[in-house]
Amino acid sequence: MIDQHTEIVFNRKIKSGIFLLGFRSPHIASESRPGQFVMVRINDGIDPLLRRPFSIFDVRDKNTICILYKTVGHGTDILSWKKAGEKISVMGPLGRGFSMPDENRKAILVAGGIGAAPLHFLAGTLKFRPMEFMAGFGTSGDIIPLSQKTGYAAGISIATDDGSQGYPGMVTGLLDEYLSGDTHGKDLMSIYACGPSAMLKKVSFIASHRNIPCQVSLEALMACGLGACQGCAVKIQSQDDQPFYRHVCKDGPVFPSHIIDWSNI
Amino acid sequence: MSNKPDLRVKLGTLELKNPVMTASGTFGYGREFESFVDPELLGGIVVKGLSLKPMAGNPAPRIVETPGGMLNAIGLANIGIDEFIEKRLPLLKGLNTNVIVNIYGHSIAEYEGLAKAFYGIEGVSALEVNISCPNVEMGGMIFGKDPAVSSKITEKVVKNSDKPVIVKLTPNVTDIRVLARAVEESGASVISLINTLTGMAIDIERRRPKLANLSGGLSGPAIKPVALYHVWQVVNSVKIPVIGIGGIMDYRDALEFLIAGAKAIQVGTANFVNPRATLDIIDGLKSYCLEKGIDDINEIIGSLNG
Repeated sequence: MIDQHTEIVFNRKIKSGIFLLGFRSPHIASESRPGQFVMVRINDGIDPLLRRPFSIFDVRDKNTICILYKTVGHGTDILSWKKAGEKISVMGPLGRGFSMPDENRKAILVAGGIGAAPLHFLAGTLKFRPMEFMAGFGTSGDIIPLSQKTGYAAGISIATDDGSQGYPGMVTGLLDEYLSGDTHGKDLMSIYACGPSAMLKKVSFIASHRNIPCQVSLEALMACGLGACQGCAVKIQSQDDQPFYRHVCKDGPVFPSHIIDWSNI
Repeated sequence: MSNKPDLRVKLGTLELKNPVMTASGTFGYGREFESFVDPELLGGIVVKGLSLKPMAGNPAPRIVETPGGMLNAIGLANIGIDEFIEKRLPLLKGLNTNVIVNIYGHSIAEYEGLAKAFYGIEGVSALEVNISCPNVEMGGMIFGKDPAVSSKITEKVVKNSDKPVIVKLTPNVTDIRVLARAVEESGASVISLINTLTGMAIDIERRRPKLANLSGGLSGPAIKPVALYHVWQVVNSVKIPVIGIGGIMDYRDALEFLIAGAKAIQVGTANFVNPRATLDIIDGLKSYCLEKGIDDINEIIGSLNG
């Protein structure tokens, strides 16, 4: 893990509000595993003050790290104006990523919106393995064209909440339908999910109901990214009434879904 | 290479190789930043505040960024002193730096218990007492706002400890000098300040507080001028050494506190922004001294021109 003042290779608009940024770091590239993240210092000054965490979307040519991001506020808005050749400080790779499925298991990847980012890296790593990648979006206009513009060649099943493209309804509905019809048998699958917390809660419920191992990648407001500030707490299921927290930055961002306390989500 | 400039400072009996320390709660238990910072290069490290028993902390969200700063309501989450002494302290023992343990209690008796628990424990250079937490026995009132209670806590900790006692003051009071004099009279060896300023932020879409705890402690560059003035006031009202804390991001900020009279400084929120902030500050202090022909950093301390 390092903190590097590094050069932006590209910062491309994929579609309205969605950008793909690549920066050069052979060191971070060589250490990164799917599900891990980086902390980006948007500006050298104090606005914004804190770094922003981004899942690693892709590693290219062993020297370029890509992050896929949505402009959701002040920090990402400033980031979206950065040009190739500009420098930014990036710390990483951070956190615990996905555990790879056993050889005989089929990986089921379930993405909600921009949550597709870490799953794209996972899909790229698993490329010759049995896999099903499904992604949900609000409407057809929100669909992030992962396969054409980002080099990921395998097919992705799309769901849209308003039914304007692909499966009509939420991606969790598509997952449920897929699992109901699958002939491989429940013992031979592993679910990997990233997206809004309400979606992850539902995926977790479906997985536990069908007894399929499931890993979720969580998002949280974060200050240090190193396990020091304890800002990014996530509540864990505990045996007694005492609350118990883990930290998204260090213990996660990927967790087995069954350990999360979903009751307040 | 020569040893000039000499960056060593003394806080009573506590000797620091330079005036730069980490602030409690921003550097974990001392090892979280080891990829970036060799703790032996620092004047000292202050570990995350510890209580007698482990504390889970507050629900999320616990942090939110505000202009030039951040609000946190971690809720003093910590592993408790037993696990710290058993599992974390051994990783810090033998380090050639000062390891300072920050402690907090929910009652005066708990502070006393904490002081006793560290009595005779090797590898701990000093205790820093956080009196800015709610008093459970007195309906959640903040201990550190009441000079009489602050005195009592200081007295109990000093009496039951074999180490220098640093008392960390809250700025959320009408006149911080009253508190400073109270803890000095009760035997504190050093005063550190400021702790965070209480604040809040509201989500205008949902019309709800951004922090699950409603309020939190403001830190970062936004609070630096307030911190500096508080430090200057305290330096001029007590005889014991003062550690300056509050929004220090770089060596220039650190110098302001030293010039105001702080003998040492603690770096907090800056660690999150730049994990090497402490080391960059030390380098900056050296260059400043060299440039100005200053052989000893103590020449700078309290050198504010009227």
